[in-house]
Amino acid sequence: MNRPDQYEQVTPDTFLRGLWEENPVFVMLLGMCPALAVTNSAINAVSMGLATTFVLVMSSSLISIFRSFIPKQVRIVAYIVIIATFVTIVDYLIQAISLNLYNSLGAFIQLIVANCVILGRAESYASRQKLGTTVVNSFGSGLGFTMALLSMGAVREILGAGALFGVNIMPAGFEPWVVMVLPPGGFFVLGCWLILFAWNKKRKEQALLNNAVKGGAA
Amino acid sequence: MSESIPVVNVDEPKVDIPAPPSFAMFRTLAVIAMLSGLFVVLVVQWANPYIAANKKAATEAAVFNVVPGATVSKTFAVENGKLSVASDEASGELVYGGYDDNGSLVGVAIPGVATGYAGPVYVMFGYSPEKEAVIKYQILTMTETPGLGDKVVTDENFLANFNHLVARLNDAGTALANAIVTVLNKSKQHPWEIDAISGATITSTAVGNAINDAAQKLVPVIVSQIDDIKAEGAK
Repeated sequence: MNRPDQYEQVTPDTFLRGLWEENPVFVMLLGMCPALAVTNSAINAVSMGLATTFVLVMSSSLISIFRSFIPKQVRIVAYIVIIATFVTIVDYLIQAISLNLYNSLGAFIQLIVANCVILGRAESYASRQKLGTTVVNSFGSGLGFTMALLSMGAVREILGAGALFGVNIMPAGFEPWVVMVLPPGGFFVLGCWLILFAWNKKRKEQALLNNAVKGGAA
Repeated sequence: MSESIPVVNVDEPKVDIPAPPSFAMFRTLAVIAMLSGLFVVLVVQWANPYIAANKKAATEAAVFNVVPGATVSKTFAVENGKLSVASDEASGELVYGGYDDNGSLVGVAIPGVATGYAGPVYVMFGYSPEKEAVIKYQILTMTETPGLGDKVVTDENFLANFNHLVARLNDAGTALANAIVTVLNKSKQHPWEIDAISGATITSTAVGNAINDAAQKLVPVIVSQIDDIKAEGAK
């Protein structure tokens, strides 16, 4: 168990980290399976992201509440049971909201259970921090995941179907790149985003290094 | 040559971590499992009526689509070649009567399935006993390739095949007189043939097979009990 002084205070960073610096998909490379499989349209991507966010926030909160109550030896079992509960709940909620959405997300709803973004948050954060910070932090991570899925889904839908959220936005003569909504398109788009994030990180590091050198000379 | 097995140091200093009593583990898991069960049951109880309503609306929308002019649908179950009125939650082999505002039968919606290029292709088609023909069809669910196989939903020339696709019974009334078949693009010669989409032949064939299989089996039953189906509309 952690000593109280190891608890994190709620700062804007608690929330923002998950969105950018520790973005689950583009930086930590977690949750690749849904990121590739259900991002063939923007609406699928957003729904999957929000479903995952719900499971992430709810299960992290419960794990945080129970953190001193769960023996270390059975913690993974306990986390999986809690996560599976909320996945089942989301599964039924989505069926109740829209069958079409449920059919297009398919088996990937149930597979949220195995999403390492959630188990990762539970193990590395929720089991060590207070309820308040956990909620803020996991909500940030969830939104980061949703954002990542949306940025893939939007690109794939615009190029692959000439539309965004089902609304045609490309000029009439545009011939859709069908490959973008097929599985290979997922890999192409993911690759491009990863390059962008890696390049941005490199640039920042370089800038930091340059500043350090300048500072040393002065 | 003798190989030596590396010696493993078994006498590594052990750090004693006191194991928590197994009671604590059982207690924790039991509490968590019970809480989880409670949550799930509550949500399922709440969601079930909505899910049933959604499923019914989806089926009804499909029935009204493939039987143009229908405003009321009735569900019938087919068991051992006999047709009987079924509740909305019935499972098994089902067909749906589509009736207009006056309660007279417009057509019967029949679901079918066949294997396509990437998995099963579920279809629903409207059969008109009066015209002895298929009058419209739609895909329920499928996983065919976007841009190729999924043209069966949008290709107008393909859809025109189903405006009057003859499904007449043979004299004995046991099967279709002419099986519904999918033929290669632009080689349709008979009114019971379906012109395939070029580039989506496998999916087109699957649609034809799904309709043929279901029609061969269910149209004889429907025709033999057509009076029962008609009578149901008046209720």
